Amino acid sequence: MKILVTVKRVVDYNVQIRIKPDGTGVETENIKMSMNPPDENAVEEALRIKESGKAEEVIAVSIGEEKAKETIRTALAMGADRGIYVKADSNIEPLAVSKILKAIVEKEKPELIIMGKQAIDDDCNQTGQMLSSILDWSQGAFISEIKFKDNHIEVTREVDEGLEMLKLKLPAVVTCDLRLNEPRYASLPNIMKAKKKPIDQMTVDELGVDVAPRIKQLKVIEPPKREKGIMVKDVAELVQKLKHEAKVI
Amino acid sequence: MSILLLAEHNNKNIMSSTLNSITAAKEINDDLHVLVVGYKNDSVAKDLSSIPLVKKVLQLDSSEYENQLAESVSPVIINIADQYSHILAPATTFGKNIMPRVAAILDISQVSDIVKIESGDTFIRPIYAGNALATIKSMDVKKIITIRPTSFDPAPTSGGNAAIEKITQLKNQTKSEFIRREESKSERPELSSARVVISGGRGLQSSENFSMINDLADKLNAAVGASRAAVDAGYVSNDYQVGQTGKVVVPDLYIAVGISGAIQHLAGMKESKVIVAINKDEEAPIFNIADYGLKADLFEALPKLSAELDKLNTIQK
Repeated sequence: MKILVTVKRVVDYNVQIRIKPDGTGVETENIKMSMNPPDENAVEEALRIKESGKAEEVIAVSIGEEKAKETIRTALAMGADRGIYVKADSNIEPLAVSKILKAIVEKEKPELIIMGKQAIDDDCNQTGQMLSSILDWSQGAFISEIKFKDNHIEVTREVDEGLEMLKLKLPAVVTCDLRLNEPRYASLPNIMKAKKKPIDQMTVDELGVDVAPRIKQLKVIEPPKREKGIMVKDVAELVQKLKHEAKVI
Repeated sequence: MSILLLAEHNNKNIMSSTLNSITAAKEINDDLHVLVVGYKNDSVAKDLSSIPLVKKVLQLDSSEYENQLAESVSPVIINIADQYSHILAPATTFGKNIMPRVAAILDISQVSDIVKIESGDTFIRPIYAGNALATIKSMDVKKIITIRPTSFDPAPTSGGNAAIEKITQLKNQTKSEFIRREESKSERPELSSARVVISGGRGLQSSENFSMINDLADKLNAAVGASRAAVDAGYVSNDYQVGQTGKVVVPDLYIAVGISGAIQHLAGMKESKVIVAINKDEEAPIFNIADYGLKADLFEALPKLSAELDKLNTIQK
C-alpha cells in the first residue's frame, strides 16, 4: 500500500506574526517557516504504518512556491520515501489544493491519504474533507487514533462532544488532530540521506487544474489589542476585584 | 433567493451553536430556511419552527441519518442547494466535517469561521490563530460559509411558527460506518457557552491535581477548560481543549491557572470579557492579556481561592 501525506510550509507556530503595514497580508519574508504542525503528525503516522509493515511507500506532497521543497525535505528526513512538489503561487485556496491533490492521486494511486486537519496560517480546515468528497473516498476528519483491520481502518475522531469511532473502507482520506502521535525529530544521518531522495516536480498547468482565486482578500488588520490589566497582591484582593470591580462573580 | 442553515443537534435538542448561527444568518437574509437531518428528530424540528427568525424548517427523518455522518449529510444539502444563495453551518466539529464536502462538489470556495458579516459576499474571519483579521470577498455565485458561534448572540427561541416540510433523500451510500460515540458526561455548563470558564495548564502537573480546577468550577458554576499542553500531558481529554485547534470560548470570566499563554491557547480565549491569570512565572505571556494577574504558586493560591469563594457564597446565602 502507498500512503500519500501532504505537508504545508507555514510561519512557525512560535513566531508572533506581523501584519504588513499596507494591510495586504502577513509578513512572511525573513520569518522562520516550518512544517504545519498537524502535518508533522500526518508524516509520523504514515511512517509508523510503514514501519509496522502495512505500507510499502510514503510519499510527501507540497504545493507552493519554490521553498515548499524544504518542507518536503523535512518529511524525507523524518523518513518519507520520496516527494512530489507542485509549483504554484503561495496563496492558492483549499478548493484548488484539493483538485491538485486529486490529480496526483489519479497518477499515484495511494490507498490512504493522511493530512493535517488545519493549516495554522489560514485556519481554513477544509482541504481533507474536500479531497475526500471529490475522490468519493471515505472520510475520517480530526482523528486521534487509527487502527488497521483486514480491509478497512477504524478511526477515532475528536469531536466537540467527545470522541467518535468510525469504520472506514479503503481507500480513505483522514485528517489528523495533534493528539494522534508525537512526531519524531529527523536525525542527522537521516537529514543527509534525505538529500538524495527524489522529489518529482510539476506545475499546476501540467496537472491541468484551474487554481484561479474565488476569494479576494480585501484587507488584513490586527485585532483590537487588549489592555494589560493589573497585578493583584493576593487571592483575597483578586476575589474582591472580581466581586466589586468587574462584578463577574 | 432564500438562504439555508444546517442545524447542529443531537436528534433531541438543538445545540447552542445553531442558535448563534441563526442570528448570523439573519444578517445576510431574512428568508432563512433551516435543515435538520437525523432520526426521530421531531422535537428538534418543532423547536426550530418556534424560533421567530426561522421561515421554514426542512426535516429529514430516517434511521440512516441518525449519526449524521459527513458522507450522508452532505448529499442532502447538495440536492437542495439550487434553491439557495447562501448555505451556512456552525464552525464546530459538526459543521467543519460536512461543509467542505458540499463546497467541493458544488465547486465553491468555502468561507470558514466568519466572525462578522459586512455584506452578502464580504466577511471578516480570523487567521493565524486570531492574530490577524482578514476581510474577504467571495466571488462565487453561491456562498458556502461556516460561522464562529461565539461571535454572534443566540437567537430567541420562542414566538415563531414556521412551517415544517418533510424531505426525502435517495439511497444513502456511505463508505464509512458509525461504530460508537463516547460523549464526555458533565453536570457543568457547556464549555463553549458557559458564563464562567476556569482552565488548567501544564502547571497543574497531573490529572489528580487537575481535580482542584474541577472543584473550583463547581463553586463558580463554571465550565472547565484546558490548554493543549494539559491535554497532551493527559491530564484531561481533548474535548476540554481551548485554543486554535480546540474550542473558542468567550465567557464573562475566564480564569487561566498554570497556563503560560501560548499563541495557540490565546486564540481560543482572548475575547473573554474578564481574564484572570494565576501563574508563578511573572514573565508568562498570559499576564499581557489578563485583566487581573496573580503571581503565585497555584498549589497555594487555589485552596485560598476556594476558601474565599466559600466565604462569599456563605455571605450571599
